Order: sequence, then C-alpha cells, then structure tokens
Amino acid sequence: MKSSASRGVLLAAPAVVYLFVFLAVPLLLVALMSVLSRGPYGDVLLRLNFESYVRLFDPLYFKIWLDSLAIAALTTAATVLIGYPLAFWLARAPRTLRQIALFALLVPFWTNFLIRIYAWILILRTGGLLESLLAGLGLWRASLDVLYTPTAVLIGMIYEFLPFMVLPLYASLEKIDPALIAAAADLGAKPSQVFWRIVLPLGLPGLVAGSILVFVPAMGMFAVPDLLGGARTLLVGNLIRNQFLTARDWPFGSAAAMVLVALTLVLLALYSRFAGREPLL
Amino acid sequence: MARSFWLKLWAALVFAYLYLPILVLVVFSFNSQKLNLQWQSFTLRWYGVLFADERLREATFNSLIVAIAATLLSTILGTLLALALERYRAVRPAELLLYTAIIVPDVVLGIALLIWFSRLGWPSGLVTIAAGHVVLCTPFVALTVRARLADYDPALEEAAMDLGAKELTTFWRVTLPAIGPGVLAGALLAFTLSLDDYVVALFTAGPGSTTLPLRIFSMVRFSITPEINALSTLWIGAVSLLLFAGQVFARRARTRL
Repeated sequence: MKSSASRGVLLAAPAVVYLFVFLAVPLLLVALMSVLSRGPYGDVLLRLNFESYVRLFDPLYFKIWLDSLAIAALTTAATVLIGYPLAFWLARAPRTLRQIALFALLVPFWTNFLIRIYAWILILRTGGLLESLLAGLGLWRASLDVLYTPTAVLIGMIYEFLPFMVLPLYASLEKIDPALIAAAADLGAKPSQVFWRIVLPLGLPGLVAGSILVFVPAMGMFAVPDLLGGARTLLVGNLIRNQFLTARDWPFGSAAAMVLVALTLVLLALYSRFAGREPLL
Repeated sequence: MARSFWLKLWAALVFAYLYLPILVLVVFSFNSQKLNLQWQSFTLRWYGVLFADERLREATFNSLIVAIAATLLSTILGTLLALALERYRAVRPAELLLYTAIIVPDVVLGIALLIWFSRLGWPSGLVTIAAGHVVLCTPFVALTVRARLADYDPALEEAAMDLGAKELTTFWRVTLPAIGPGVLAGALLAFTLSLDDYVVALFTAGPGSTTLPLRIFSMVRFSITPEINALSTLWIGAVSLLLFAGQVFARRARTRL
C-alpha cells in the first residue's frame, strides 16, 4: 500500500496540472504582456514598458474605471436592498415552501443570461412592454427612452446578479437560531434593534460574500453594457475586450486586466478580514 | 404579524420581477406579430423558423459537443481533486489554484487563454473553447463534490477493504455510489456553465466554431427576432426539467442513504 500523502498527490495531480497549464501559465502571460510594448502593426515587442499602466490613468480611460465602479457598486447596493428581505423570508419560510422558492430562484439563474438580457430589451425598448404598461395604467404617456442608457445597464445587471446575492445571504441567515431573535424581542428589543444588533451582525458573512459575488463579476461584465447600454456605456470589461478583439493593443488590454484582478484581490482580502474564515462559496 | 405580511409581499414582488421577463419570452414566442410590440394571435411559426435555421442548429451542435467534453473532463478532474482535498492535508495548497479559477473574472481568463493559445500556435476551435470551459467548470465540480464528501463516513471504505474488496472495487462500489449525487450535481452545474458561457468562448472560438451563446449574441445584438423567443422557451423548459429531475434524484439518494 502506498503512503497516503503520495496517494493524495496522485489524486490531485490531473486537476492541478490542468489548472497550472490552462490557468496559471496563461495568467502569468497576461502579467508579462502588460509590461511589454506594442509594435506598429498591433504586434507585441519584447521590450519592457510601463506605458500601458500610465495610460490607464488618462482621463479618457479613468472615466471608464469610475463608471464601472459606480455601476458595480450600485448593482451591489440594489441587490442587497432587494435581496435581503427575500433572503430573510426564505430563511424563515416553511420547509416545503422554501424548497419550492429556492428552486424557483434557480430556474431563471440557469437560463442562458443572454436570453434574459434579450427579454429586457423587449421590455425596455421604445414602444415596448414597460411603456405600454405605464400608458395602460395612465401613469406615463411619453416615450421613456430607457434602452441604451446606463439605467438600462443597471436594470439588466441587477436582474443578472440578484441570485448571487440572495443565495449566500440565505445560507447565512438560515443559520441564525430563531431563539436568539425571540429572546431579544422578549428582552424588549424593538424590531429595528433586533435587526441591527442581531440579524445584521450574524448574517454579515453572507452579506459580504454576496457583495463580492456580485461586485467582482459586475466589474468585468461587458455583455450587458453591449446589449442594453448602447455605445454610450463603456465599462472595464468592454475596454479589455476591445483592446484584444478590435484595437489589437494586447499590452494595454493586459494592463487593464491586471488592474481588474488586483482590485478583485483587494476585495477578497477585505472579505477575509471582515468575514473571518467563512468560505466564500 | 404585520411585518411578516410585508415580507411575504416583498418576496412575491421579487419573484414577479424575476419571472416577468421569462413570461414575456414564452408568451411572445407564440405571437404572430414579428415586431412583438403587441399581442396579435397565436402561432407556432417561430418554432418552425427556429428548426429551419441551419446556423443556429450548427451552433447548438457545437455547444453540445463542447459542453459534453468539458463536463466529462471537469467532472473527472474535479471529483479526484475533491477526494484528494478532503482526505489528504498535503494537497491543500492546490486550493489556491481552485480559488484562482473561481475569482478570476471571465474576461481575464478569456484573454489569458487567447494569449496562451496564440503562443502555442493552437488554432481556435471547439478544442480551445472546451479547454477553457474545463477551467471554468472544474472548481465548481470540486466544491460540489467536496460538500457531499463532508458528510460521508470513510469507515465505509475501510469496512469494504476489510471484507476483501480491492481499492478500485471499493471506489466503484462504495465511494462513488455514496458521493454520486454530488458528482451528478457537479456535472450538471458544469454542463450548464459551459452551455451558458459567452465570454471565454468569444476569445477562444474560431470562425467555424460558433457556439450557441455566440450565435444568440449576434442575433440579439442586431435585430428583434421572434425565433429567439421560441429558442428561449425551449431552453427554459429544458432547464426546468433538468433541475427538477436533479432535485428528485437528489432527494431519492438522500432517503436511500
């Protein structure tokens, strides 16, 4: 019989080798690419150059970062506001109802996300369902012109990412012993006090996990701005994509990607600081 | 009690919000008006158009091949890794790779693979897409299987070995059936992730290897086409069925254990 450690290594080896070759090495190449120079014909020259990073702070590109941060932050805040009460309700719902609700939460989530965005095009476009609905209710008659604005991007993002917020929140809130809430109420705490002093602190790991699961992919998202934002909304994801597929400035695109990764790592470091050793998923 | 009423109302409203777009797609897939601004009359025409669309059929076929390949490979890699991580402390550093795979934004993974494959000189195609999807899927399989392994008693294996079963026999007859639902759930997740991926495919696909999301994107980008509604309706139906089957299967496995 082989020693147990070597057997463990043998079991892990296929995945480790695979992820090393198709994840670690490619990421190192992005890091390398980000400090190389761009040749005159969109080729890459092996010459050390930090100009790409400097260029990211050019006002033109800096605005893209600010817009992306704003949209990602607003998406996170909105999914918290919408998702928290839902997660709380889920955590307290009777067993069968809860299972049905969790299932119902997963169906849209497992449907292709481009299809879901397309549905929002149908709803938001001029003469679309939202306008007919508002007109039908007599609330608003004029054209809304929501589609192809940052607002439409935000609506699409919130819709895409809501389950990523609700599921970790639910997992975290479900673990809170209801007796704690009852005890606090018995001792005279007002509902708002129960929330701020018991539910919120105990559910914090889920809140932080959900925020990261929403914020990080929202920062890198480019399909939603492409389809709902029109030409006016350019986010970091679009910037990186364009540098690789249209502008052919790979060093600059790589530098933007490195900053995005660095931002992600900072957020995760904050997470492990505030939420302790609770796993993210 | 008043509070619980507001909570219920809120939950109902959120579910309405989640399902409204889906309802719109399903209803409009049977609408005879091409522009889909108002309901005109019932038709199955768009389903006919859908099945006649050769490019869409080819994209679906490509997506299925990629998803099957990526699911098989990532399920094997992820399951083995989960077993190793759960049982042997020495391999814990491998978690770093797993978490890297999860946190790296899709767009960064996409460009990283684009750079790497062009360096290697691999032609873009179904192979490169599938290779990228395995990176996307493996961590989720590993996490799902690991969650299942956490409440599984390794003494069962020792008992089997004591009774004379060889290692491989023990794996096939004891370990795998016990963690089966976890492996199946992981595979299902991998399959969906691959089928759903637009970003990695965008950077790793070649001219002849358009996948379904890539095709859907270009259709949605440039026009309102009712056949997308028909496609969506079929997709939603298939996903619901798959998820439902998965739930039933998982429950049956739970009661058996």
